[in-house]
Amino acid sequence: MTLFYLFAALAVVSSLLVIAQRNPIYSVLLLIASFGALSGLYVLLEAPFAAVIQIIVYAGAIMVLFLFVVMLLNAPQEDTEYDVRVHPLMRPGPLKFGAALAVLLAVELVWALSSAPPASAFGPLPEITVTTIGRTLFTTYAFPFEVTSLLILVAMVGAVLMARREEHSGERGKR
Amino acid sequence: MSFLLPPYPVIFGQIAMFLVVLLGLVHAAAGMVWVERKEAARMQQRVGPTRVGPFGLLQPFADVLKLMFKENLKPGAADTLLFYLAPLVCATTAFAAFSVVPIGPATTLLGLLDEPMKLQVADVNVAVLVVFAIASMGVYGIVLAGWASNSKYSLLGGLRSSAQMISYELSYGMSLVGVLILANSMSLTEIVDAQGASLLGIPHARWYIFLQPLGFLIFLTAGIAETNRAPFDFPEAEQELVAGYHTEYSSMTFALFFLAEYINMVTVSAVATDLFLGGWYFPFVPPSWGIGWLIFLAKVGALLFFYVWIRWTLPRYRYDQLMTFGWKILLPASVINLIATAAGVLYFGL
Repeated sequence: MTLFYLFAALAVVSSLLVIAQRNPIYSVLLLIASFGALSGLYVLLEAPFAAVIQIIVYAGAIMVLFLFVVMLLNAPQEDTEYDVRVHPLMRPGPLKFGAALAVLLAVELVWALSSAPPASAFGPLPEITVTTIGRTLFTTYAFPFEVTSLLILVAMVGAVLMARREEHSGERGKR
Repeated sequence: MSFLLPPYPVIFGQIAMFLVVLLGLVHAAAGMVWVERKEAARMQQRVGPTRVGPFGLLQPFADVLKLMFKENLKPGAADTLLFYLAPLVCATTAFAAFSVVPIGPATTLLGLLDEPMKLQVADVNVAVLVVFAIASMGVYGIVLAGWASNSKYSLLGGLRSSAQMISYELSYGMSLVGVLILANSMSLTEIVDAQGASLLGIPHARWYIFLQPLGFLIFLTAGIAETNRAPFDFPEAEQELVAGYHTEYSSMTFALFFLAEYINMVTVSAVATDLFLGGWYFPFVPPSWGIGWLIFLAKVGALLFFYVWIRWTLPRYRYDQLMTFGWKILLPASVINLIATAAGVLYFGL
């Protein structure tokens, strides 16, 4: 249980820091730390496969791309005096929106806790192996799995199309 | 005083194993530096280091001493926290990745321990994936070093590295799925034990390099690219980028990058040995002889020598050639290998 609170606290604090500070590189790194903590929680839930996949896919592959983009853009710091003095989260608009979200969250929490069935212990879980995950993924969840992969394909085609169009217009400009 | 006599509890063996792996990796890196310099010299008709110790064997230790006494410089505009975090990330991930690699069969160390101990720091049933996960974390050290140095050479080295790692990680992972299918397991120990069976009547010869020759080639090529070694050493291509991501590093922070590179080579070689070269099995050598770990180390040594050999033989690719090779040749080849292996297991019961 100590470990659970440790990982949970790490995940929450690093996720908060992702939006609370300004350097985008640090944001990316803190997000990676948050993913690491999540993967620790998966290990505690006896799902080592999910934990490792979380690290490989999210922390290892996707975040490298994020870091890549952030570094390439190398966002110039154009802060005015107001920007420096007042943190983005402390400005009127975000404050109101944040307050509304907080109220909504509190109401939802109260509602969920009051209407939840009493907690009961789980029975012994079947051992989750790569085999069982693969089998359920390609039988029970075959349709959602295929739809997801189609979605990713659409995103890929879209990205290629956008990149190609830019190239095309560039050629026209030369003429 | 019976607790002073063998057999000792197995925990003692595990603590010893942890120390052996830690110190062994450091000394393997030092040894590799010596082999690399000697072999480079031999290939260029020089003699290499000869002054420190017999055959210059103590040269790496002299180098480390020298590095320790150098001043640690930091560019004025560098990001201090990330500048010092980057080499730590590199070195930590390099050491950590080896923790799940078994180096021999379970043993009682000639009766010293009360029950057999596995010759690996941590036995995880998804060991193959753990090595990958930790190795994929290692790229952050390089990317951050490039960015935090605030120098254009470093930044270019870091960017090249991330692009290269992403491009080759796919083929790297796909190439060993064939082995996972054949062994029907993700535990490195079980994969090695599956290779202890006999092939064509020769005992202990069912190595996956014979069943997966294409997979082994792809794994080795992608492994060289993953460890940033020549001919794929673009992150540090010295003729164009000075020293790439570690241009601005000096003293021990530089030494950590150097150490990480060599330890990563050792890890890739050890994983390749476990996955493709039969681990601690050798034809006609029964496991009862108890020299499994020696066989394993010999195979890893041979692969490491191959690394050095390649580096001083092949010139560096061009960057666009690297990308073309990774995406248009290596990746399709690994997909074909995967489909062929799956079909072979399904229809011929390999």
